[in-house]
Amino acid sequence: MRLIFTVCGFIAIAFVLLISVYLILSGLPAIRQVGLFDFLLGERWDSTNKTNPAYGILPFILTSVWGTCGAILIGVPVGILTAVFLARVAPPRLAAAIRPAVDLLAGIPSVIYGLVGMMVLVPAIQDAFDLKAGDSLLAAILVLAVMILPSIIRVCETALKAVPREYAEGSLALGATSLETDFKVILPAARSGVAAAVVLGVGRAIGEAMAILMVAGNAANMPGLFRSVKFLTTAIASEMSYASVGSLQRNALYSIGLVLFVFIMFINILLNTVLKKNKE
Amino acid sequence: MKKFATIALALGLLTACGANSTAPSSSAAAQEGSSAPASEPASETLSGVVNTSGSTSMESVMLALSEAFKELYPDVTINYSGTGSGAGIEAAQTGTSDIGLSSRELTEEETAAGAVSNVVAKDGVAVIVNPANGVEDLTVEQIADIFSGKITNWKDLGGEDREIAVYGREAGSGTRGAFEEIVGVVDACQLTNEYSSTGDLVGNVAGNENAIGYASLSAVDDTVKAVKVGGVACTEATVKDGSYAIQRPFVMVTREGAALSDAAQAFLDFAMSPDAAPIITVAGAVSANG
Repeated sequence: MRLIFTVCGFIAIAFVLLISVYLILSGLPAIRQVGLFDFLLGERWDSTNKTNPAYGILPFILTSVWGTCGAILIGVPVGILTAVFLARVAPPRLAAAIRPAVDLLAGIPSVIYGLVGMMVLVPAIQDAFDLKAGDSLLAAILVLAVMILPSIIRVCETALKAVPREYAEGSLALGATSLETDFKVILPAARSGVAAAVVLGVGRAIGEAMAILMVAGNAANMPGLFRSVKFLTTAIASEMSYASVGSLQRNALYSIGLVLFVFIMFINILLNTVLKKNKE
Repeated sequence: MKKFATIALALGLLTACGANSTAPSSSAAAQEGSSAPASEPASETLSGVVNTSGSTSMESVMLALSEAFKELYPDVTINYSGTGSGAGIEAAQTGTSDIGLSSRELTEEETAAGAVSNVVAKDGVAVIVNPANGVEDLTVEQIADIFSGKITNWKDLGGEDREIAVYGREAGSGTRGAFEEIVGVVDACQLTNEYSSTGDLVGNVAGNENAIGYASLSAVDDTVKAVKVGGVACTEATVKDGSYAIQRPFVMVTREGAALSDAAQAFLDFAMSPDAAPIITVAGAVSANG
């Protein structure tokens, strides 16, 4: 029986290794062919241009970075405040009603987020800012901000609740208002948990593809709030189906996958360091 | 652990039985197939699997053709997978599919590499705008200027003072390739947005008054308006007689020198025959042989 458990344990490791090795092997040829510098810092992506193809993914990298930053900028304050509300302020009955709603938000498939974004958000942005088309980085940021909310809220709430009761009692006994207690005592005491929540949100936002594929417009522009943009993830998703096997286009898509993988690894390492600090 | 071993043994026996029972029947089918020459009239015993893959634009035509073919030969299964024209041609060349599907003409390199073109139908690429758009008629030059970014406002084309949102398909799409080649804007398109399916593009043109896009004639519905090109409306009749400028062939690609299976050959013959013309018409394309 023990053997079975061991084997199961190793399956996960085997898959991680398999994916890593596969991505590195299939991602390197295109980088070597295009040149690391031109690939990462090239500003033009035109993979099917017959006379002068270009494989620069700087627009995708910057779009992914800006998109994630934007989502964090909106999602984190809202998420933290919701968590404070749930953990400290809300009457238990109300909190019991909000918590399942947050969980439900986490369970909604990303394609549904994309669909609602496409039908509601994109036309609204077009009207509000008088644009020729509403598909834009802004639409993607708003969708991502909502998508990362649940994980931020739940992790934050857990961290806030783990703060010893004595902290709050001591603070209140010293004459601080409950608002001061929440923001100057409890939140700082839970800061490493909050940091973990933020990093988790970053990871979710940078890896999302389906929802933003439907609202971002998918033209390979340098990022601009009201421009149609392509993320690292959507670049792979939108072009893979038509890229012929063995072509530089397809290999370059694998290389984008490799870059994305490195991003995610970096974020995971960051998360682990934050969590370790948390324990100490 | 003993229990597990028993189950594993039983499973092994079951699969072994399965293999034994299917093996004779499949070899029998192969014998029947090889004894009946392809040129003989429809025999009810024709069976097998025909794998086709390629152009996503040909999906509706392929579904209609395989449905009709299945009525003639119930034992033949026709598989279709929409992988894109480039992948379809490659699949025919490498033999991974019996028939490759391409919604553009084959290049010289491809024919030199042994791909054979069988044009089954023609398809008009309609230039579509939002129904609220007042522009009715555009020339091919104007369309080229719009897509290459020289004309950016509808007022230059007799419409309202609105910026043009240029919608196109993603890199590698057969519709995009055909459109850009015919209109003469290869590698010159300045697209506002790119979509990775025809339905997505049509839906977004339907939702945006500023938008212009292109789609296969068969995919155009009431939610969008197809403009006239050079005074010619995009209809099946104008595509067939060649007067509508933006059109492309639907090609079934086979490999030179490689004999098709009987089922695949019969399907290809059926698709190329005048009998298939009404089916192709119903599917929204125009038969090339009817």
